[in-house]
Amino acid sequence: MTLAEAKQINAPTPRVITTKPRTSDKIFRAVIFTGALSSLVILAAIAIFLGLRGFEILAREGLSFITGYEWYSSVNSDGTASEDPSVYGIGAMLIGTIVTALIAVSIGVPISIAAALYLNFYAPISIRGFLVGVIDLMAAFPSILFGLWGFNVLMPSGEYWAKLLHKYLGWIPLFDVSTPFFSRSPFIAGLVLAIMIIPIVTSIAREVFSQTPLDRIQAAYALGATKWSMIRAVVLPFGYSGVVGGAMLGLGRAMGETVAVFTVLNIIFQANFQILLGAGGNVASLIILKFGEASAEEIKALMAAGLMLFLLTLLVNMLADLLVNRTVKQGR
Amino acid sequence: MIMSATTLNYPKPQKPWKPKQKDLIPTYIGILAVLVGTWALVEFTGFAGKLGAFASVIICTTIVSSFLAGRSRGRQAAKNAAVASIITALTLLAIFPVISILGTVLVRGTKGLYVGFFTTDMGLASVNDPLNVGGILHAIIGTFIMIVIATLISVPLGISTAIYLTEIRGPGSRLIRFLVQAMSGVPSIVAGLFIYSSIISGSGRGFNGLWGALALSILMLPTVARTAEEVLLLIAQDLREAGLALGATQWRTVAMVVVPAAKSGLITAMILGIARIAGETAPLLFTTGGGDVTNLNPTDGVMGSIPYAIWKALISGSAESNARAWASILVLLVLVMILFFSARRLGKARR
Amino acid sequence: MTENTKPSSLASVAAGNANRTPGKHAMGTGLEARSIHAWFGKNHVLADVSLDFAAGTVTALIGPSGCGKSTFIRTLNRMHEFIPTAAMAGEVLLDGRDIYASGVDVTKIRLKIGMVFQKPNPFPSMTIGENVLSGLKLAQLKRSNKEELMEECLVRAGLWNEVKDRLDAHGGSLSGGQQQRLCIARSLAVNPQVLLMDEPCSALDPGSTLRIEETIRELSETMTIIIVTHNMQQAARISDYTAFFLADGHPGMMIETGPTSEIFSNPKDERTENYVTGRFG
Repeated sequence: MTLAEAKQINAPTPRVITTKPRTSDKIFRAVIFTGALSSLVILAAIAIFLGLRGFEILAREGLSFITGYEWYSSVNSDGTASEDPSVYGIGAMLIGTIVTALIAVSIGVPISIAAALYLNFYAPISIRGFLVGVIDLMAAFPSILFGLWGFNVLMPSGEYWAKLLHKYLGWIPLFDVSTPFFSRSPFIAGLVLAIMIIPIVTSIAREVFSQTPLDRIQAAYALGATKWSMIRAVVLPFGYSGVVGGAMLGLGRAMGETVAVFTVLNIIFQANFQILLGAGGNVASLIILKFGEASAEEIKALMAAGLMLFLLTLLVNMLADLLVNRTVKQGR
Repeated sequence: MIMSATTLNYPKPQKPWKPKQKDLIPTYIGILAVLVGTWALVEFTGFAGKLGAFASVIICTTIVSSFLAGRSRGRQAAKNAAVASIITALTLLAIFPVISILGTVLVRGTKGLYVGFFTTDMGLASVNDPLNVGGILHAIIGTFIMIVIATLISVPLGISTAIYLTEIRGPGSRLIRFLVQAMSGVPSIVAGLFIYSSIISGSGRGFNGLWGALALSILMLPTVARTAEEVLLLIAQDLREAGLALGATQWRTVAMVVVPAAKSGLITAMILGIARIAGETAPLLFTTGGGDVTNLNPTDGVMGSIPYAIWKALISGSAESNARAWASILVLLVLVMILFFSARRLGKARR
Repeated sequence: MTENTKPSSLASVAAGNANRTPGKHAMGTGLEARSIHAWFGKNHVLADVSLDFAAGTVTALIGPSGCGKSTFIRTLNRMHEFIPTAAMAGEVLLDGRDIYASGVDVTKIRLKIGMVFQKPNPFPSMTIGENVLSGLKLAQLKRSNKEELMEECLVRAGLWNEVKDRLDAHGGSLSGGQQQRLCIARSLAVNPQVLLMDEPCSALDPGSTLRIEETIRELSETMTIIIVTHNMQQAARISDYTAFFLADGHPGMMIETGPTSEIFSNPKDERTENYVTGRFG
């Protein structure tokens, strides 16, 4: 028949198929669905409760809660009050959080990328599995272990390197110090955090690089590329957004880390951009520091600080997951 | 005409691309040059100590290997060799901390161990007491109890989430998967703070082990859910279809076909979740009160835990408390490593 | 080509090739494989293959799947050794010199012996123009006339007219057949003496296939081409010589080789005859 004739035939409409699930299945679905909602419920609850408790302080301080640099509680833990009004601003600590996290990322991410490239493209097969296992083991170490080790073992060497940096590069404002006190500085905290995030970022980078389509790699080699030319031309462009996502996950982890930073950082309430100077803090260690002796009002302020930390890390992690998933799916 | 292999003299398999002895002479000379260069750098310049020696070796290796490669094969090869040596150096930097940490824990931790360490608690001792007084029995029991409770809460919820995402795939799956990933990034201090703010603060309730376990569940849930989802996705679709084709309802298929098939993987998910929370300190600081006496009741009174015991020792700052901290962390590390290797063993057995 | 009312048999198609002379402008003296064996671990997959590829000719390697043709072709540009368990024996002589000799620079070999793969794989992070020149960039070869070189390669690959107005477009924005011609252009840019093609048309539609076959014919004026193909009609259409491979439970072996017209009209070995007449495979 001709096309015109074919178009004129009335094709039957598809049948609508329905299934009525059995009662047991309905119950099953309901139970499972409730369980699955737990993540939504918990995340929402965290935001709500921290917000409720900290609301009073947030409302009072407004934006200066984030930007203000002073933290002073007029009510002491024994109930006595002083004349000056309470002021709560986490600005200095927020800066400390970001500074230490950035130091961690700038040291840790290049090392992680190098390690991921090594594991995927340079390591001899016989030791590859072992090295991957070693790095995964490091990811399982509890953070208090890094705190203890950082304080006892890394710090002496860290101070020495800080002094070296100051000696040769002290003309850069970042590496200058107002007083020669190099112990327990943001630099050392950043170093410990870098070591903590290396396993995570390496793991993600490794997964991303291993998804590089093999035929593209072979095409580059077939054109006479060396290993490094091939990596630059094929692997890095392919894995770029995934690695950035991994770096952001590392950033999020470094921002939220508490115990490891608390032990190696000398917590002083000021914004400190001289990373070699032993002073500074981050929001998490602020909370730990003040919690023990806080008055009822100060606790509310600490809740508000916790809420800020929660929102910040949530944002960074969501962005990170978006980027990683985009690359990992690309390869398939 | 087909010849049998035995009548033919086939050559042995070779790898002609592997460098032969005489090709390696430049490499041996290069290694010598690196050793000489390193010694020279350390002797005559400010490079000192372990870092200096390491940096010198790297610099010399990069220069020498790059030079050798460039001489015989041109600029691209020189760049390639230089990059290879830098990447290897950075990888060594990544591995070094693990070795240092394991070594330090082993050396310093074993000093503080004695039999009583595992059988006494800190009820009658302070962290600054000499090392043969007091132990972490209370902490071990506390950690154990809280892990059990957290597991009982987060494993069913985590596996339900995974089943919802893989078997039912209902509305909101994308959102839930996204939320689980977001939840895995929640800082541990926030989990503790949340339990404090919602349950303890302003209510007159005290610290106890149950609240600590709840905070730990928040951290354990995403790990269990993600691993369980990965494991369930690996189960071939034909298995489910076989169950349904036999007339089973969906819940029977899941309960009697899919979950048993994924059994070892789900156990791995549980173990990984436990490993995640076994060493967590910050959440416990806001919820459990860190008791010094053995307490078997999670709903009544402060409860100790290994991380909290380490924390107390660490904060105290004396030589004895420091040694105590190392000993306790040795115990914690052994626990974490047992969990880690069990999970790996189970993971390999699956394949 | 004369019009036929009967479908052409392989033999008559191949006969059309019988009088084709090898490319006069081909570089070098051709490629020679001597007693090539290949293993993967203990698994002996290719045994004692010796073939001579004269300069300026097109040789087709035919045979059922799994008989080692792709493995063989990968020993010719030293891509075989990328597989960790790979081992080989024998020699591959380019212009009389063994490419496996110690001290040989592998990356230079691959500039002289290029490869086009089964699935078109242009680099997606580069434009069309950049893709063509990517071989130069990877090997850091300097050329003063990059624009002309790019145009020349695209013309030789039969793609110039279709992309000359959109050289800045994404490498992946072309159709499958165009992508494969882009990959051919890319290989041409580094001026190889020999071009290896591993089933280049098997992922393409018949129209693109014919275009590429025309390209192959033209390219053989200036280089030696070795093409693995499943498609016997294709082998009959474009090749001067054909080699038949077979693995019958043994390691793969080259059963018979000769001018294409003879292989298809008058094969000497019974197994070759069974294959080309379609009794198996």
